[in-house]
Amino acid sequence: MEQPVLLEMRHIDKVFPGVRALSNVDFTLRAGEIHSLMGENGAGKSTLVKVLTGVYQRDGGTISLLGKRISPKTPKEAQEAGISTVYQEVNLCKNLTVAENIFIGREPRKHGFIDWATINKRAAELLDSLGVHIDVTKTLDHYSVAVQQMIAIARAIDIEAKILILDEPTSSLDEQETQQLFRIIRMLQKQGLGIIFISHFLEQIYELCDHITVLRNGELVGAYEVEKLPRLELIAKMVGKDLNAVKHMDDFAEKSVPQEEVFLEADHIGEVGQLADVALKLHKGEVVGFAGLLGSGRTETAEILFGAHQPTKGQLKVKGKPVQFGSPMGAMRERIAFCPEDRKTAGIIGDLSVRENIILAMQAKDGMFHHIPYSKQVEIADKYIDLLKIKVSDRDQLIKNLSGGNQQKAIIARWLATKPELLILDEPTRGIDVGTKTEIQKMAIELAKKQGMAVVFISSEMDEMTRTCSKLMVMRDRRKVAELTGDEVNSENVMRAIAGGASS
Amino acid sequence: MSSVKDKLRAFSDSSLFLPVVALAVLLAFNAIFVDGFLTISLTEDGRLYGRMIDILNRSCSLVILALGMTFVIATAGIDISVGAVVAISAAVVCTLLGGRGDGVAETPLALAMLAAVGVGILCGAWNGLLVAKFKIQAMVATLILMTAGRGIAQLMTEGQIITVYYKPFAYISGVIPGNILPTNIFIALAMVLLVAFLMKKTSIGLFIQSVGINPTAARYAGINVTMVIFLVYAFSGFCAGVSGLIESSLIRAADANNAGLNMEMDAILAVALGGTLLSGGKFYIGGSVIGAVTIQTLTTTMYALGVSSDQLPVVKAIAVIAICLIQSKKAQEMFAAWKERNRGGSKSLSQGSGSTGTKAVNEA
Repeated sequence: MEQPVLLEMRHIDKVFPGVRALSNVDFTLRAGEIHSLMGENGAGKSTLVKVLTGVYQRDGGTISLLGKRISPKTPKEAQEAGISTVYQEVNLCKNLTVAENIFIGREPRKHGFIDWATINKRAAELLDSLGVHIDVTKTLDHYSVAVQQMIAIARAIDIEAKILILDEPTSSLDEQETQQLFRIIRMLQKQGLGIIFISHFLEQIYELCDHITVLRNGELVGAYEVEKLPRLELIAKMVGKDLNAVKHMDDFAEKSVPQEEVFLEADHIGEVGQLADVALKLHKGEVVGFAGLLGSGRTETAEILFGAHQPTKGQLKVKGKPVQFGSPMGAMRERIAFCPEDRKTAGIIGDLSVRENIILAMQAKDGMFHHIPYSKQVEIADKYIDLLKIKVSDRDQLIKNLSGGNQQKAIIARWLATKPELLILDEPTRGIDVGTKTEIQKMAIELAKKQGMAVVFISSEMDEMTRTCSKLMVMRDRRKVAELTGDEVNSENVMRAIAGGASS
Repeated sequence: MSSVKDKLRAFSDSSLFLPVVALAVLLAFNAIFVDGFLTISLTEDGRLYGRMIDILNRSCSLVILALGMTFVIATAGIDISVGAVVAISAAVVCTLLGGRGDGVAETPLALAMLAAVGVGILCGAWNGLLVAKFKIQAMVATLILMTAGRGIAQLMTEGQIITVYYKPFAYISGVIPGNILPTNIFIALAMVLLVAFLMKKTSIGLFIQSVGINPTAARYAGINVTMVIFLVYAFSGFCAGVSGLIESSLIRAADANNAGLNMEMDAILAVALGGTLLSGGKFYIGGSVIGAVTIQTLTTTMYALGVSSDQLPVVKAIAVIAICLIQSKKAQEMFAAWKERNRGGSKSLSQGSGSTGTKAVNEA
């Protein structure tokens, strides 16, 4: 009992200056289907979605919705045709009420005035039907990101959507919230919507979706049923290597063995309202993971180690010598480097070139009067572009035009160029494709092993932490609750430590 | 031949293209409609004389203000106090020199000039302190000095217009005997060269852009964001101080009410005409300089065509609207598309698919 075809995209081409972003891509979506688009960063997933939603105009090919040719020129046209999108970053207005957010731009009116009673009533009904029971007259910022996401979905489907596109909807949700979202998605599936689900989490794809379309380098690799495509095979198709090569990708390099020498010591540091208490030692040649839930104090600890925040208690010591950083520059002088969690707002300088982004920290450290000559900048940039395999059309390309994974690599390059002894990576692999993820994990281990660098690795993904780190500091409620080393480093121990004994 | 064509093409892609075209159009208009616009003659005492020289002479203070303003705007800030700082600087130099009828200076000229520029820097530092350290919005922070500045200047001059009879003071905006061009042209040139040197030999440009584009990321990269912002306001104050010298020397007097009046607006306009976005980030010093000269050319043209000073703002506004429209994002996109079509006219690929696109719309 095949469902009717909702959407057919045929021979889609899209060319950007110097890049063929999509070439001859086909995509079919049936009613009542949850279909995942997979591919590494830069494979063309977002471009394909943007062509469909009218953000970009295609250069060739056809799109038909329910057998009718369409050619959306703006997101609004796409929406009117029945294609709704919920983006990774919720794009609603935080200071409007839930109901206002749902009906903004198409408010029901009575005698020329906005009919608030109807708005509130219909919004409540709509959310009730999704199993979300909240007060729709409160402003949006009363609710968690997960609830906001559901409100965005409610808004999307109320506009008579036939197709719902979810772009990385779960990247900022926890497990429970994700399940709630999945319940809603399945409910919409039963109502006959076609759903395109984009995510980097393989588990979620396998849990939720029934079809997968794989793209690579802007070309179609194929469309598959989820049951008939084992995970390893999927990864092989995404990265374009044969199955054996991929199998060995998970055979991780041996973990790094810490050296005797302690690089940095934190003696019960804390910051009022941010961090309760953390004591730890970072040895040279050691990859230390900060594990714990979001908001457990992982990032706060890292920011104190980098001098972005000042501890209000405790003492930091670098190589046994007490230090006070005062600013990131203070930490940089002690050869500490930090890749912040939020790449877009705290990492990249979007309108500058890849070259300028890479030399920035080095230049800041040298001071503005020791200008690095252009030729030297080129040399440094090229070295790290080559070393980290950053995919760029040229070094003077604007960094904002790179894919997420390559932006992340460029930020790591920025710090490696300062020759750090301690490299702190805060969520370096979030929103990044599988191939690059593995590369970054391996790199962390290699740096510790070969250069004796101390590396701090922060991630929400348990298995990447247990694979990469030789020591784990587990945090809960803004304090350190456990330290795991050697064989103790495994998911079960971490879970147990996070769950805690008495407090849960 | 083709290399010339390539160069032309490269130039038409560069950020300077539109500002230069705007100025060129204005100059061409002048050359046609204003008699003797292009004539430059030599006076008996060996000075160059002509409308073009006049425009250069008059645009110097605006060029200097625009330099400082460019940096401020690049950090996503704004400095609306520069006009008032010009008045303060003028008041300082004229008060120190004194209005003695016998033409004797009460303070050595060099000292008085140094003091005026110093006070300009001080004003800029005050703005910088408010914006960088106390995080007051730039518009509000500089509004303080904009409104208070003229009062301060009035206090210094005790409400009088001080006319300086000391002759060498006029040399700042006039011609030193034996020279062929007014001194302020050299001052402006020196300022432009100073900035060019800073751009070439230090990383301040990179830091300013980083701060303007993404201050959070700049901070995490180790840049002292507070210091960078403080410095650009201090530099803007320095520029205003120098402009004050030039402006007061032009009329050989300090007029606290009118010196530098509305010049902050012209300076901001010059920066915008030069292609720097008011939202900060990438900046174009060359564009700002050309923008400043363009504005002055426009003013001079209007006077030459007999437009009265009352009506001048209207005509200026129309010209500015035209220039801004030409440089708007939409117009640039249209221009780029037009260039693309001319360039790749023979390539059928893009055209073919383009037409299918329109057809599909019609069907839908």
